[in-house]
Amino acid sequence: MYKAKVNVTLRPSILDPKGKAAHHALENLGLNQVEKVRIGKFIELDVNADNEEAAKAVVEQACTKLLANEVMEDFTIEIES
Amino acid sequence: MATFGVIVFPGSNCDHDAYHAMKHVLGCETKFLWHKDTDLSGIDFLIVPGGFSYGDYLRSGAIARFSPIMQEVVKFAEKGGPVMGICNGFQILLEAGLIPGAMMHNHKLRFVCKNVYIRCETTESLFTSSLQKGQVFDIPVSHGEGNYFIDQDGLKSLQDNDQVLFRYSDANGELTESANFNGSIDHIAGITNTGRNVLGMMPHPERAMEKILGSEDGKPIFESILNSLSVA
Repeated sequence: MYKAKVNVTLRPSILDPKGKAAHHALENLGLNQVEKVRIGKFIELDVNADNEEAAKAVVEQACTKLLANEVMEDFTIEIES
Repeated sequence: MATFGVIVFPGSNCDHDAYHAMKHVLGCETKFLWHKDTDLSGIDFLIVPGGFSYGDYLRSGAIARFSPIMQEVVKFAEKGGPVMGICNGFQILLEAGLIPGAMMHNHKLRFVCKNVYIRCETTESLFTSSLQKGQVFDIPVSHGEGNYFIDQDGLKSLQDNDQVLFRYSDANGELTESANFNGSIDHIAGITNTGRNVLGMMPHPERAMEKILGSEDGKPIFESILNSLSVA
């Protein structure tokens, strides 16, 4: 069994109003060192596969077909055994 | 006379509005289609209604697009069958790839529920053939994720192919910044596919069918559809 960690984030060119709102709130907290906030999704999957490569292939399919919308989102995959 | 089908997903909440509009206001034969149905025989026009299918989990429309009926909707549309997605229905059609682009959260992050004005941009579609270019309609919106996005190449191809059917405007038909309340690219409120048989729009014409309920500006849009279907 492999554990996959998927990060889905808005593409850099796309305005992230939630990130912006959170950034404003952080500024109000006095954390002015924070220069930028981008908010995305973190998804964990348990994958039954023969090897790491096969697991990654399955997760990649899951991302492109459902978990991320590539019109506006990017994703990264990390596989742990 | 054309038979309309209104798809019902778990979480749809404008299915009855659409049914009422077609069946009781316009007197058309109308049927509900459960999302697990796969039989579209006898249906001439499909409405994918608004609501919160599958609780909007993951992204609006992302789960609904894998419902059994959606495979049939895609086939129906690819054969040229007319499909209209309203609000969540628009989001589902985008996720299904029947029309290009994606929906982001409204740029001010608020759910907006109010009447807005939309301007008809072209009469070159079965949905708008009886309207007038530049005609303005008072139609309710009700969504949190209606900020339409498409990349620059995609936008150019929408414009070049005359695929934008409705834009958010003010009462005079001007494309003012405040009229574009959700931040949609190029004020886009409704678009069609390149085949011009699929419409996705965020505003709810089916909720503007009777004067006593505020506005009947949705009626000409559905009447335009009926006219097109009767001459087809």
